[in-house]
Amino acid sequence: MTVAAERIDAIVHERARRQSFHQSEQFRGLALISPTFLYAFILLLLPIVVVIAHSFWTQNYLTIDRTLTLANYRTALTDPMYLDHLMRSLGISLAVSIATVVLAYPIAYYISFHGGRHKNLWLFVIMVPFWTSYLLRVMAWKVILGYQGVLNTGLIGLGLISEPSSALLYNTPAVVIALTHAWAAFAILPIFVSLEKVDRSLLEAARDLGDGPVRAFVRVTLPLSMPGVISALLIVMIPTVGDYITPRLVGGTEGVMIANAIQTQFGRAANWPLGAALSVTTMVAVTAVAGLAVLALRALARAMR
Amino acid sequence: MTRRPASWLPIYAALYVAFLYAPVLLLPLFSVNNSATPTLPLAGFTWKWYQQLAGNRELVSAAWNSLAVGLATAVLATLLGICGARAVTRYRFRGKRPMSGLIMAPLVLPEIIVAISLLLVMLAFGLNLSLVTVTLGHVLICLPYSMVVLMSGFDGFGLSLEEASADLGETAFGTFRRVTLPMVAPAILSSLLVSFTISFDEFIVAFFLSGTDPTLPIYIWGQLRFASRLPAVLALGTIMLIGSFILVTIAEILRRRAVRRTQTDGCLFV
Repeated sequence: MTVAAERIDAIVHERARRQSFHQSEQFRGLALISPTFLYAFILLLLPIVVVIAHSFWTQNYLTIDRTLTLANYRTALTDPMYLDHLMRSLGISLAVSIATVVLAYPIAYYISFHGGRHKNLWLFVIMVPFWTSYLLRVMAWKVILGYQGVLNTGLIGLGLISEPSSALLYNTPAVVIALTHAWAAFAILPIFVSLEKVDRSLLEAARDLGDGPVRAFVRVTLPLSMPGVISALLIVMIPTVGDYITPRLVGGTEGVMIANAIQTQFGRAANWPLGAALSVTTMVAVTAVAGLAVLALRALARAMR
Repeated sequence: MTRRPASWLPIYAALYVAFLYAPVLLLPLFSVNNSATPTLPLAGFTWKWYQQLAGNRELVSAAWNSLAVGLATAVLATLLGICGARAVTRYRFRGKRPMSGLIMAPLVLPEIIVAISLLLVMLAFGLNLSLVTVTLGHVLICLPYSMVVLMSGFDGFGLSLEEASADLGETAFGTFRRVTLPMVAPAILSSLLVSFTISFDEFIVAFFLSGTDPTLPIYIWGQLRFASRLPAVLALGTIMLIGSFILVTIAEILRRRAVRRTQTDGCLFV
């Protein structure tokens, strides 16, 4: 009898333990997130691992030679053409991210501090163009900057220039302008969020202690909103480094970026390993540049306080 | 603290909004301009570029492709988003941060990296490129947006209501249908609309992953090579802009309703 009772006890105990695991937050949370997580795991993380693997292999006409080699990286880092594309992409993405942040900060500040009841409306108005087709927004710049475009014909109509300028389109500045416009709204949100978190009583304290509005802004608001500035910088810089549409539409031969070279390797040139190595190199390089930018901004914020 | 903004701030805000909208508004403007090139001064009003679109079989089939991909993407991304957003807002569990980090990663990755890695895997496994592969890619791209919208709808949605319903004798399914679903329905609809809009407008992933059936942005890309077809592209683009605008506005209204029901505040992405 005692043996039976012990066994029943053990079974009940075991069942309770199992049940409590099934009903625990840990289990339920994992079970619920797993379909979504597995989707991202199989279609994002694994493919990225496959890309990294390919970057160490070699294209042998139609087959892939799986002997490990660094030859692709050697090409990616020494071929002047790829190096030139990579450097231009990094330069453009840095310029675009700085321009969007500088342009976006006053708007985010205005909405956060003076938006009043209309904050949500302001944010919505600013976000709407972002939801329209990226392709169409970049195409609009082709219409504006072209030889027969709106700007040229408009300036001629106003009598400001006598013949159309071909210097507006198909160059690096055109790419920077189109990208800055396309990503403008994206930089506002993180800055706005961090400005909303700035404790307003700190500003009053700064004023009570004799800081003018400019000084209070530089010593309180700006350093406290730095996390938002940093995420805005990253959220613009990293995606723009791999932009494909903008250089193709408004970059011409001068404004070619690394994504165009990557696409060629996966298309016409059919050299997947080199394309993979170019992709990995780009991601590593942009992460490094972004990291340096973050460190510089943090140091700046510390120095201001 | 000053209540009055510096005088240049409102002016700057107005200029900034103009900078955001002006280039986009040129598309509708030149789509009704009676000239084969988008040049100033305007040459008079016409609907002829829109009439050219009507009989175009290639265009109509591309539009159907985009519609099918968009609908499938919206449903899949929202279903997966519901699981993810519910798990993140309702439970605390180990591994939550890295897992949701991976789901949100496409938001901060260059799209071309997402596109080529998917392409490589699909080709390596011998999958044929088709609208199905485009949909698989689009779901990945839409998931972060769907998650953000749904999380803002689920967040602050207390357990108390569900518990009360259970205590009053509702079954688990009854509670879900009569309490949970009505509360989160606006957020779900909002996520469907946002995902559909993103998929419908998406170019890069579709460019790499589509086989012989083009989506609408790919059709437009092909047309851009021919200068003479630009006005028709502008007309098509205008229709797409208006469509996106309507869907996004409805999505935002619904999302705000969802947020109001669950007593938190914010905006899309905030």
